[in-house]
Amino acid sequence: MIQLAANVQATLYRNFLRTSSNKSFAINAYSIINRHKSTTNNRKQNNIQQTALKLDPSKKLECPQQTSSSTSTPPPSNNYKMIIAAAGGAIIGFGSFLYYQNQQDKDTKVSQSSSSTEFKKSIITRIPEDSKNIPKHVPYLLIGGGTASFAAFRAIKSNDARAKVLVISDELAMPYMRPPLSKEIWSDTDLGLEKARFKQWNGAERSIFYEPEDFYMPIEKLEESKNGGVSVIQGYTVTKLNVNEQKVLLDDGTEITYDKCLLATGSSPKTLRIFDSASPKIKEKIFTYKSVKDFELVKKQVEKSKNVAIVGNGFLGSELACALSHYGTLNDLKVVQLFPESGNMAKVLPKYLSEWATERIRDVGVNVLPNSQIVNVELFNGNQIKLILNNGNSIIADFVIQAIGSQPNTNLAEKAALEIDQKLGGFLVNAELEARSNLYVAGDVACFYDPHLGRRRVEHHDHAVVSGRLAGENMVGLRKPYKHQSMFWSDLGTAIGYEAIGLIDSSLETVGIFAQTNSNDNKNEIKIDGENKEAHSVESGNFKKENGTDNKSESYNKGILFYMKNDRIVGILLWNVFNRISIARKILSSEEKFDDLNEVAKLFDIFEQHHQQDKEDLEKEKGQLK
Amino acid sequence: MGKDKIIFVTKEDHAEKSKIELPPSEPQPGLLLPSGEINWNCPCLGGMATGPCGVEFRDAFSCFHYSEAEPKGTDCYDAFKTMQECMAQYPTVYNQNLDEDKESGMPGMDLNLDDNDEDEEENENVHAEYADVDQDETKSKQVAVANK
Repeated sequence: MIQLAANVQATLYRNFLRTSSNKSFAINAYSIINRHKSTTNNRKQNNIQQTALKLDPSKKLECPQQTSSSTSTPPPSNNYKMIIAAAGGAIIGFGSFLYYQNQQDKDTKVSQSSSSTEFKKSIITRIPEDSKNIPKHVPYLLIGGGTASFAAFRAIKSNDARAKVLVISDELAMPYMRPPLSKEIWSDTDLGLEKARFKQWNGAERSIFYEPEDFYMPIEKLEESKNGGVSVIQGYTVTKLNVNEQKVLLDDGTEITYDKCLLATGSSPKTLRIFDSASPKIKEKIFTYKSVKDFELVKKQVEKSKNVAIVGNGFLGSELACALSHYGTLNDLKVVQLFPESGNMAKVLPKYLSEWATERIRDVGVNVLPNSQIVNVELFNGNQIKLILNNGNSIIADFVIQAIGSQPNTNLAEKAALEIDQKLGGFLVNAELEARSNLYVAGDVACFYDPHLGRRRVEHHDHAVVSGRLAGENMVGLRKPYKHQSMFWSDLGTAIGYEAIGLIDSSLETVGIFAQTNSNDNKNEIKIDGENKEAHSVESGNFKKENGTDNKSESYNKGILFYMKNDRIVGILLWNVFNRISIARKILSSEEKFDDLNEVAKLFDIFEQHHQQDKEDLEKEKGQLK
Repeated sequence: MGKDKIIFVTKEDHAEKSKIELPPSEPQPGLLLPSGEINWNCPCLGGMATGPCGVEFRDAFSCFHYSEAEPKGTDCYDAFKTMQECMAQYPTVYNQNLDEDKESGMPGMDLNLDDNDEDEEENENVHAEYADVDQDETKSKQVAVANK
């Protein structure tokens, strides 16, 4: 029969796992970034950082490392070999490419048939076209087709192998990741703009879609399927949720009952009143940016424009300004970013750092106009937009992207009699993300109780992953509280990348500990001796004057920021310091009150001197072992 | 006093390691739970246990894992065949990114399973991989373990 050599088991496990390592890229991608240190140095070539969505340090098995020599050992049995080959796979992402092509075709049809801002009157409005095959009852019903839902169905299927899951998405796209849309996707025209693919941190290419279309079960098969599956209906909206009867009503009148339900409806871009009330001709040139459809629309504008104005200084506006500016250096597009605040990321970064960041964003070619409010908008030359600012200046742009924040999609709340948090918005849930019996909430719309930091609502990708997974686990009955803190990351231009965890709010007190550069021209720099622990405090606004130096020589190139509340660390931001989020997570979850923040900062080894030492120690140890 | 404090430190200021000791990372279960059962939540399995052939994958993998046949796994032909047949129906799901894959072997697991006789060592290694250390360090640790 089958002859197996002694090492078949190792090979088999390996192949099993290698197979999964393919798949693990899908997880990674929605998982957490962990920039390799070298990325910072490699940025020159690729103006937009190759940030990418990377590996969680806690998921080391997925790390692409050296191929072991044994990989080439042929499996001894042909039969096994065949099986393994089937599992191991061969063709590079062909499926997702095809899928995306289809998707694109659809979008093309769509845009031909409707004005650029209205997509609803497209040829295909929903998949499936009618609801006759949608089951009347599903064990797991997920409302929303974003990252939180994706993470939830992963968790559900991990714990309940035969689970039948129905995802209701109002988008005409299978679940995909949003972070690349304001980052990597603009950095490579062929990949990003043509195929919605991008390069990950390790150079590997992947689609923004989490799974190829094949992964999902056609809706008509879900009810009968022996082993369950995940089906997504696209272009459907839930108009009513009856919590007591555990049922939802779709916009076409279909009713579906559920055993467990997840609300993961996400958030929608806010808009400025001045644009909302503008003439249709102007409105055609005003865009928001959230979905892959928005990406398609903006892409079309970008390709035919010379000037774009981005309104807003937050994550989206700032990242997109940098990404489009990078694209623009090669494709003749100029980017203006304007906002009423004094610097980029003003809600997140303390004022001095926000203003320094603005300088770095200017360095990559973005014309940043802080302290600018739009007082009027006009049509210019028939097809351009003129934005008139409070300081009398005006900007001419071919089109405008407004990135002024999001609001949680909680319209189901009222009829469902669900409570909305008055201050933070979002459905109120407990630490297990439960709103009512058998009803859970995750992602942007969850206003949850963090047992450690109190009530919160978080609009970040990793939070969608963490909360989606937690909700999924609790939907199968694991009863876990929110414990694992989510993180977030962002990149601005070529000189700034950061990761953060906890409460990151510039209205909190902050302590920033930065690496002093050794350069001699920085004599004016504030130097506070580590020994005497005397923190130099500045009224943030007076910072520049006080020290008589310009922003450039104050190098906040690398450092750790602590966000404080009642003398406790409630948030940590790692400024150009990578791969340390797990340390930050530990500090945050520690009940200790740290008196000496410099000592805490040392844990991050910002000069990377101990890292080297540890490595040497290990080398030694290794030598001894030999 | 402003609310935002800034401290600049030099390399020398941070030459000494921090006096603060953080608690060790909570061990996360690897592929095998302490009970010896397979951990289907292991991130190392990627989407395998949750994809369209998740059940077939679990059956085949469990069969292999618990197989007492000599050589191990020879009694799992049917389960493998079922899995293979299922996967063949989803070429885009199961045939992706071999090139990527080639670069992404998992040395820890490989090394580990090659000398698979000592469970303890295996667990240690799995934990090393899950430890909250950065990648290079992890790699060194794995090598260290493997060279024992």
